Amino acid sequence: MSTVTRNGGKVRSLRVLRAGPLSIRISPRGLSVGGVLILVLVAAMAIHVANGGTPLALLDVLRALLGDTSDSKVHLAVTEFRAPRMVAAVVAGACLAAAGAITQTVARNPLASPDVLGVTAGASLGAVTVLVLAGGGSAGLSGLAATMGMPLAAFGAGVLSGVAVYLLAYRSGIDSYRLVLVGLGINGFAVSLTTWLLTLGDVSSAAQALTWMMGSLNGKDWALVQPMGVIAAALLLAAVFCGRWLLLTSLGEDTAVGLGTRVGAVRLTALTIAVLLASVGTVVAGPLVFVALASPQIARILTGSVVPPVAVSALVGAVFVLLADTVSANALSVALPVGVATAVVGAPYLIYLILRYQRRLT
Amino acid sequence: MSAPSTGGRLRADALTLGYDGPDIVRELSLTVPDAAITAVIGPNGCGKSTLLRGLGRLLAPRSGAVTLDGEPLAKLSTRHVATQLSVLPQTPAAPSGLTVADLVSRGRHPRQKWYQQFSVSDEAVVLDALAATDSLGLADKPLEDLSGGQRQRAWISMTLAQETDILLLDEPTTYLDLAHQVEVLELVRRLNRDRGRTVVMVLHDISLAARYSDHMVAMKDGRIVAQGTPAEVVTPELLLEIFGLAAQVVQEPTAGRPHVIPLGAAV
Repeated sequence: MSTVTRNGGKVRSLRVLRAGPLSIRISPRGLSVGGVLILVLVAAMAIHVANGGTPLALLDVLRALLGDTSDSKVHLAVTEFRAPRMVAAVVAGACLAAAGAITQTVARNPLASPDVLGVTAGASLGAVTVLVLAGGGSAGLSGLAATMGMPLAAFGAGVLSGVAVYLLAYRSGIDSYRLVLVGLGINGFAVSLTTWLLTLGDVSSAAQALTWMMGSLNGKDWALVQPMGVIAAALLLAAVFCGRWLLLTSLGEDTAVGLGTRVGAVRLTALTIAVLLASVGTVVAGPLVFVALASPQIARILTGSVVPPVAVSALVGAVFVLLADTVSANALSVALPVGVATAVVGAPYLIYLILRYQRRLT
Repeated sequence: MSAPSTGGRLRADALTLGYDGPDIVRELSLTVPDAAITAVIGPNGCGKSTLLRGLGRLLAPRSGAVTLDGEPLAKLSTRHVATQLSVLPQTPAAPSGLTVADLVSRGRHPRQKWYQQFSVSDEAVVLDALAATDSLGLADKPLEDLSGGQRQRAWISMTLAQETDILLLDEPTTYLDLAHQVEVLELVRRLNRDRGRTVVMVLHDISLAARYSDHMVAMKDGRIVAQGTPAEVVTPELLLEIFGLAAQVVQEPTAGRPHVIPLGAAV
C-alpha cells in the first residue's frame, strides 16, 4: 500500500494500492471493518443454526452440516430446516441492506430506502394477492401457488412499484425529495390495497398473509432459498461494482455530468439493481422493515466513509437479520417472526434519523 | 462591439435553452475566445447561468447546438468532453465527510479506468491542483469544516485536476466576502496567464468582471446585447439598457479598467 505524500507529510484521505499499471483506491478502515464483519457474520451464522426450535449441541450441528447422517433426525433438522433458514436470513439481510445503500446514495437522502420507497410494500401486495385469491380453505396456500406463485407475484409487484416510483418521480432528473414523497405515496397505496385484500379473504389466509407481512423466515426451504441465493449473489456483485460511480453521483447531478458520468444511465442501472435486490430480499423473508434503512447508515458510520459502502452494508444487513431471527425465535416462550425484532430495533432508529435530518434542514 | 477574431474551440450556434417553462436563452450564438477570460454579465434571470449550463452540456439544447472543435457536444461522449472542458456549477454540494483531497481526486475520473483508479500521474496532478489553489494544507479536512473561500478553492482545484483547456465557472464568487472574491479571481487570472486556460465565468459584480476579464458578454432576456472588451461593453448606456441602472463609469486607477459607480435605478 502506498500513501500519497507531500513534503514528507501524508495526504491521509488518499490511499492507493499500486502494482505495475494497476492502481486501486482503498480504505484501510473499510477493509478492516469488512474483515471483522465477515468474522462476526460467520459467528452469527453458527449461533443461528445452533439455536432454532429445540436446542441442539453445536458439535452435532457441525457434524450434520459436514454430512454425518448417523442421527437422521438431527441431520434432517439441520440440513433441511435450519440451514436454508439461515441462508435465507443472510440473503434477505444482505439484499435489503445493499438495496438501501444504493437507494440512499442515488437519492442523496438517508431516508430513501426501498421500504420507504414502496418496493417492499408493493412486494407484499403481490404476495398477499396470491395468498388471498388463490389460497382459500383452511389448508392455506399449497402446491404450485405456494412454491412458485407467491414468490413470483411478490417479485413482480415489487419491481412494478419500483418502476412506478421512478417514473412518477422523474422529471428531467431525479430529485431526492420528490423520490421520497412519491415513494411514500406508492407505499401508502400498496399498504391500503393490501389491507383491503385482507378483508376479502377468509380468516386462515388472512392470518397466513399477516404472518408473511410481518416478515418471517419460517418454513423457508431450499426450493426457494437456492435460486434466490444465486440471483442475490449475482445482484450483489453488480451492486458492488456500481459503487465507484455512485460516489460521483453523490456529488450532485451537475458535478457528476461535468466529470463525464452518464448520470441518467448510472442512476437507472443502480436503481434497477436496488429494486431487484429489495424484491429478492422481500421474496425470501417478507417485508422486513428497517433493515434496508438502518444497515447502510450503520455501515457508513463504522467505515467512516462518505456514502454507505455497498459490500459492508450487505454484511451489516446479513448480521442484523441473523441476530434478529435468532433473538425473536428464542428469546420468548413463543417464537416471534423475525420482522418483530427488526421493527423493535428499527423504529426508534427511524425516528432518530428523521429528527436529525430535519434538524439539519432547518 | 466586434466579435473576437481569435478562433474559438467552444461555440454556441443559435442556441435555445429552457427548463420546464418558456425559453430562457433564445437563439444565442457565441464564440468563446481561446486562451482568454470571458465574463458573462446581466441582470437576474437574463439566462447567463443557463447559458453556462448549456455550454457545459449540463442542459441539453432545445434547438441549436453547442460545438466543441466543430462537433456538437451531444455527439461527443460525455467522458471525452470531460477531458476538454470542466464545469464548476453554482453552489455545488458534496456529501458530508468528503475531504478536500478526495474531492479533488474525483477530477481525475474522466481519465481513469476501474483497474487504474489512481495512478502515479493522477497523484501528481491532484497535488499540483491542490497547490495551485494553495489548498495543500487543507487536503485532509472535510469540506463542511472549511470557510466559503476555502471550499470554493477546493472545488476549483477539482476542476483543475480535470486538466481541461476550458473552464466554465458559474458565479465562482457567490457568498464570498470581497477579499475572497478577489482571491478566487486572481487564481482564475493566474490559470489563464500561466497555463493558457480558456475561462468562461458568470459574474454579478460588473466592476470585478471588467477588471478580471479580457472579453465581456452582456445579456438580457436570453440574448446577447453586447460583447467586446470591458471598455467597449461597460458603458453608462449599456448599464441603463440591460440593468435599468443609472450609473457613471470611471477608469479605475490600477489597470485602467472601467469601474461602475451606481447612481440609482432609472425610472
